[in-house]
Amino acid sequence: MSVANDSPGRRAVRRLMRRPAAVFGLAVVLAFVAIAVFAPLVAPFDPIATNWGAIRKAPGALYWFGTDENGRDLVSRIVYGARASLLAGVVSVSISIAIGLPFGLLAGYAGGWIDMVISRVTDAMLACPFLILAIALAAFLGPSLSNAMIAIGISATPAFIRLTRGATLNAAVEDYVEAARAVGNPRWRIAVRHLLPNILPPIMVQATLAIAAAIIAEASLSFLGLGQQPPAPSWGSMLNTAQRFIAQAPWMALFPGAAIFLVVLAFNLLGDGLRDALDPRHR
Amino acid sequence: MFTFLVRRLSSIVPTLFVVSMLVFGLQLLLPGDPASVMAGEERDEEVLAQIRARYGLDRPIPVQYANWLWNVLHGDLGESMRLSSPVADLVLAKLPVTLQLGGMAFVIACLIGIPMGVLSAVKKDSAWDYAANAVALWGLSTPNFWLGILLILFVSVEMGWLPPSGYVSPFEDWRQSLATTIMPAFVLGNSIAAVLMRHTRAAMLQALNQDYVRTARAKGLAEAVVINKHALRNALVPVVTLGALELGALFSGAVLTEQVFTIPGFGKLVVDAVFNRDYMVVQGVVLVTATAYVALNLVADILYFLINPRLRQQ
Amino acid sequence: MRTSRMLMAGFAALALAAGAANAQTTLRIGLAEDPDALDPTTARTFVGRIVFASLCDKLFDIDDKLNIVPQLATGYSWGGDGKELTIKLRDGVTFHDGEKMDAEAVRFSLDRHLNMQGSFRRSEISALQKIDVVDPLTVKLTLSAPFAPFVAQLTDRAGMIVSPKAAQAAGAQFAAKPVCAGPFRFVERIAQDRIVVEKFPQYWDAGKIHVDRVVYLPVPDHSVRFANLQGNALELIERLQPTDIPAVRRNQRLKLSAVEELGYMGMWLNVGNGEKANSPIGKDRRVREAFELAIDRATIVQVVYNGEYTPTVQAIPPASPFANKAARIPARNVERAKALLREAGLTAPVVVNLMVANSPDFRQVGEVIQSMAREAGFDVRIQATEFATSLSTAEKGDYEAYIVGWSGRPDPDGNLFSFVTSRGPLNYAKFASPEVDKLMADARVTADVAQRTAIYTKAADLVNAEKPILYLWHRKNLVAHSTRLTGFVAIPDGLIRLQGIRLAAN
Repeated sequence: MSVANDSPGRRAVRRLMRRPAAVFGLAVVLAFVAIAVFAPLVAPFDPIATNWGAIRKAPGALYWFGTDENGRDLVSRIVYGARASLLAGVVSVSISIAIGLPFGLLAGYAGGWIDMVISRVTDAMLACPFLILAIALAAFLGPSLSNAMIAIGISATPAFIRLTRGATLNAAVEDYVEAARAVGNPRWRIAVRHLLPNILPPIMVQATLAIAAAIIAEASLSFLGLGQQPPAPSWGSMLNTAQRFIAQAPWMALFPGAAIFLVVLAFNLLGDGLRDALDPRHR
Repeated sequence: MFTFLVRRLSSIVPTLFVVSMLVFGLQLLLPGDPASVMAGEERDEEVLAQIRARYGLDRPIPVQYANWLWNVLHGDLGESMRLSSPVADLVLAKLPVTLQLGGMAFVIACLIGIPMGVLSAVKKDSAWDYAANAVALWGLSTPNFWLGILLILFVSVEMGWLPPSGYVSPFEDWRQSLATTIMPAFVLGNSIAAVLMRHTRAAMLQALNQDYVRTARAKGLAEAVVINKHALRNALVPVVTLGALELGALFSGAVLTEQVFTIPGFGKLVVDAVFNRDYMVVQGVVLVTATAYVALNLVADILYFLINPRLRQQ
Repeated sequence: MRTSRMLMAGFAALALAAGAANAQTTLRIGLAEDPDALDPTTARTFVGRIVFASLCDKLFDIDDKLNIVPQLATGYSWGGDGKELTIKLRDGVTFHDGEKMDAEAVRFSLDRHLNMQGSFRRSEISALQKIDVVDPLTVKLTLSAPFAPFVAQLTDRAGMIVSPKAAQAAGAQFAAKPVCAGPFRFVERIAQDRIVVEKFPQYWDAGKIHVDRVVYLPVPDHSVRFANLQGNALELIERLQPTDIPAVRRNQRLKLSAVEELGYMGMWLNVGNGEKANSPIGKDRRVREAFELAIDRATIVQVVYNGEYTPTVQAIPPASPFANKAARIPARNVERAKALLREAGLTAPVVVNLMVANSPDFRQVGEVIQSMAREAGFDVRIQATEFATSLSTAEKGDYEAYIVGWSGRPDPDGNLFSFVTSRGPLNYAKFASPEVDKLMADARVTADVAQRTAIYTKAADLVNAEKPILYLWHRKNLVAHSTRLTGFVAIPDGLIRLQGIRLAAN
């Protein structure tokens, strides 16, 4: 193995792979992604096919996780629900980054009154409880999965603005940026070519952890009835329904919640691993 | 110190101003006319118009905002449309409930998080460390409301040990009060314990590497004394300071936890108000929370400034 | 002598002990929602009426057969061609503040209901033109036109009499401390937590009140409310979930009370309200009929509500003397539904956007209907919308199909007039038929029950022919209570009247 062509990225990947917890997290995430993508092949039943003869059946040989209030198979609904949850996690964080990154770069790089305005708005948004913001936005947009994703994405944006701004400020004083400036590169070019690659690692870590938070947030909104609409399943809306039957059919609450737990745990493990791998000083 | 304070305070005023605009903006976002939402089944256009006029909802938005801000600056948070009672009264009535819940959650979080953090730092890279990390991750990864539902199912419905919902003030009956708040406080504390554990671990690792700890060890002091007297004491201050900032997260958590356990606190007040389009209540509660959060941040910053000698010299 | 004194002392001690045991019988009632403002003039919610049942007596009440019975009034008579209503009042009734309830107070309260800013009673008694105090115990009300349902309006909040002195003093803040003439007086309210009322010793019918204190606790989550009842933290809960009924029946310490409601659940089909009426189901009567044939009310009720609710095709509840006893529910017929769609020149899937209130049971109803209608070639798309928003959306006509309930009124006029007359404020479908309008107006001036029933039946047939609304079922008011509680009488309006209720010690 030659040391010369060993890029920092590759080193990071190797460090990541040495952590069993992170590898486990990655494996679970990939497994759920596979389940979501190949849902029609994985699910034993149609997730929205009702069966009046099998309402709220306890877990058994035919229905491993039991059935819900419309006689639908819970395994199949959880499999299809993975689509909603993963989508919610990835899309809402993408929205946060798409808004947060440019504004953070702008604030950190431009400084002055631009920084002042962006920072005050960021502070103000951070001061309002995240979930309240998301609930109000979701109520405004109307209950649907895509609107829940937008609401979560916007509510989670300030964290990315602040992170990008901080990283930009740190990077801006580094030698290579100073050098690029001295050579006479335009400001936007320095920002894109030199700053961006250097602030990506912390953003990646934050994004992974934010996906975990976004999945919980989507479940929370769906739990309040502001997310995925029937009959399409989402883990949060399944929990919302399950609450009505908590005493008669506890399995309806148990399995979707366990699925949320597992995926969120996996993303957290992966995020922790990434942080340690990308920033060796941390541990 | 003085310049630091001035700089910090001068950033607070514009922040709070933006908060007030944001909070007011929330009402513009919420769909549906609050008067007709309030009326429910009862539809009488003439009466709805009277109600809109009474609450100034028929005036232009900037005027509404200016009026509201003016009243807020004079300590008047407006009136709840649904309950016809002042928002300030509601806030004062609910605040102690959430403070009690939050306080208990914070204590529970400290009781779990700090010892675990110490343990994992002292026994770094051992099985203990991994176990503590696993517990922390469990706390971070469990959806609050799901844990709440499961606790109600097992502890209350199946076992009948604790009441499944409701709230009793400690001044009325402290035992009942404890019985009604311990489950939600645990659910809330559970997620924060994880964060505290991580802060403690980091701070302890740092402290254990400091010279004075090495000196203490070199002097042959018992390990327990070194850890308790020297390392922990120094590590604790930043932990608690950083932990206090978790109160923001605590409030977000309280929103759903109070919903699940039917605790009449801040979180339930604001969620119900959002669904009932009780704008004044939403605005009032979010404004108070945001202000508290900003103030807490300030206190934490000052504390951090005071205990961190390097910052002080700058 | 000595023995008798000792005996007496003994009795006194016994009486004291007994007194201590009974000192405070507190009845804890679990409500499904937090009530709104406790002012009869501005109140809007059903749950608020449950609390008013203890605080504010009304001029009249209804009994379990929906007959109008006197409460603060002792009787009434019509005169002046059905435009003059003379009401005799009960003597010796006092308000909670010690003021006397008399004709002047009635005049004040009715005037307040009619003219106060923000009064939601205005539309209920808008026919009222003039209120005259004849003598301290008699009022004469003059209506602008004959209005047969008027007395029925006085059996609800519009008939609640408040203390003029307290109302004038409190102004708009009356809701913070309502003062009426009910069996209990207001003690305190902690929003979203509890409302406490205590026995009013000077109540005119005090002999029927056997509990000292009532605490109303809003517990919105159905399963948690039920768990509280099972755990003995509540003595009575309203709006039990039908799916919890088997658990109540199994539990020997609990008793169930079920009575059909005054209202109904129905599905509006937008036939004339704005552009959305221009949908396959809005344009063609045959498509609506096909939709009705595609669904099976009994199965929906079975799946979602454990079969506890009563399928229906009319707005008038079964308990009412005005109900059409001959009405039959059409059987499900998928083949006929498909044939009707073909007749209408449509090919499956026929898209129907269905708006439902965003609550778990309504969403489930939507899902069941979706699954049934699919077999007949409908593609039902569910839009769960918050209840509050859904009402204004329906008013604006921004829907194709909309499932919504009506809490119901004792008089059938309250379940029909505003909904099916062409200018009715609750006619979400903007259904318009001059014949129906005429019949509904006729019913208002017809006092005879048999004649009015005939008119309503005729109007209902006309409405059902066009199907702007499919009546689905009558819910039940489900109350569960501890067996320690006795004397509860269920009335179709779903209120919890405290007269006659006793609570044995634990």
